[in-house]
Amino acid sequence: MARVEGKIAIVTGGASGLGLAIAERLLLEGAVVILTDIDALAGQRAASELGCTFFHQDVADENSWHELMADTLELHGRLDILVNNAGIFQGQGGNDPESTLLEDFNRIYSINVAGTFLGCKHAIAAMRKCQSRGSIINLSSIAALVSTPFLTAYGASKAAVRQLTMSIAAHCAESGYGIRCNSVHPGQIRTPMLDNLFQDAATSMDVGVDVVEVEFLKKIPLAEFGEPDDVAYLVLYLASDESKHVTGTQMLVDGGMLAHS
Amino acid sequence: MIKVMGRVENKVALVTGGASGIGRECCKLLAREGARVVVADINEAGGLDTVEAIGGESRFFSLDVRSETRWQEVTSQAIDRFGSLDTLVNCAGIGFAGNFEDTSLENWNAIMDVNLTGVFLGCKHMILAQRQVPANASIINISSIAGLLGGEDIAAYSATKGGVTLLSKSIALSCAGRGLGIRCNSIHPTYVDTEMLDPVAAMFSSRDEMRAGMANEVPLGRLALPIDIAYAVLFLASDESAMVTGSSMVVDGGQTAGLPARHTME
Repeated sequence: MARVEGKIAIVTGGASGLGLAIAERLLLEGAVVILTDIDALAGQRAASELGCTFFHQDVADENSWHELMADTLELHGRLDILVNNAGIFQGQGGNDPESTLLEDFNRIYSINVAGTFLGCKHAIAAMRKCQSRGSIINLSSIAALVSTPFLTAYGASKAAVRQLTMSIAAHCAESGYGIRCNSVHPGQIRTPMLDNLFQDAATSMDVGVDVVEVEFLKKIPLAEFGEPDDVAYLVLYLASDESKHVTGTQMLVDGGMLAHS
Repeated sequence: MIKVMGRVENKVALVTGGASGIGRECCKLLAREGARVVVADINEAGGLDTVEAIGGESRFFSLDVRSETRWQEVTSQAIDRFGSLDTLVNCAGIGFAGNFEDTSLENWNAIMDVNLTGVFLGCKHMILAQRQVPANASIINISSIAGLLGGEDIAAYSATKGGVTLLSKSIALSCAGRGLGIRCNSIHPTYVDTEMLDPVAAMFSSRDEMRAGMANEVPLGRLALPIDIAYAVLFLASDESAMVTGSSMVVDGGQTAGLPARHTME
């Protein structure tokens, strides 16, 4: 018996990186997966390779959530798992507190925070409609829990996701819906997002990417970068009924980075 | 019959407090997922019952977690018997409640000895054992949500569990920093319906009444079951959590997610 056998799952930002690994892991464990992404081409390619459904979506657009939930309930009759994974981390301008542009700040917030809020809001409605004791998993970051002056807006947005998660969990629990909500906090995971971060750091410090990688690695006690599957396994635990008494929590996959205090 | 590969296949797991409650459930689940289990407890009869329930290659070792000599013996005998020691679950624990200033020094020392010193000794000898047979090892310490927050009438218990929380993080860093290949994490349950609550239940007219009162404090509306904790242990024991160390995993039905939310009138 697979660990999420027959459950209906939506994974946002599933075209690459963590979302792709999460979608694949849920599929391998028996779930039916609807993968969404703003990049139609990459999303469609990923979905056809995995053998799942693709839905073209801008998570910051509330209409897209209306449609996605209506489609999901019509096609599958239920929704059990929502993984709010879609997110961005950099703006067009700078990323430190002095050079961050308001429009970049707002854009990062609209995707990372409003996108997650909308996902939770519409997933709760859909899960209630089909009486699913569902699980919502929000991708936050260790950036929610420590200072990140080099990613000002991103860190603030991920802290908002953490706090939102607690309120969603408390609301659903106290309303007796049986819907759970938890946040996952990855550290340094090998994804296209991390590669971009290395590249930018290398450019701004005028050093090679390899030098940046070594410096980043020094900050990870386990001395290796995480793989997308490290995060996917944690999401799988939270998506499965194994975690049915777990709600409102924050779970780290960071190679020990935050054990320092 | 086709044997499906378990999530901790062939790992050797030592579980303290394996004679009852959370510990027994951990033994059963780890065994079901392919581990060979060393059931350790001060309670021999209960420990043997656990071994009988599991069957297979599991073994009972009598262990008073306060005894450093016994830790040396048990870890080395477990390695002699099974060839390695991959997982340690420090589950043995005791609790009591009451007004803080009425806590006798004797009771204070007793709870420190089992809940904190016992965990220290277990971690220490697990790490020393890895010098004999280097492994990809995981230490899992059962703390409590009382190891994250204070409690009105459980000061001593909370102090021991808070100690376990930070001990776990320091051990995680100590092992990672030296590349020992040993992870260490803590788990923080809310009330779990086990024998540990028996003395509390005795203060109520029935166990159901106690349960109802406690469940009221848990947003999900029930106490945790041993299996809820065992699944968190299984995740941390398996290689699925290879990048997870120094973390605190909460299994509390939402209890620490925030303030009681009902600010509106129904």
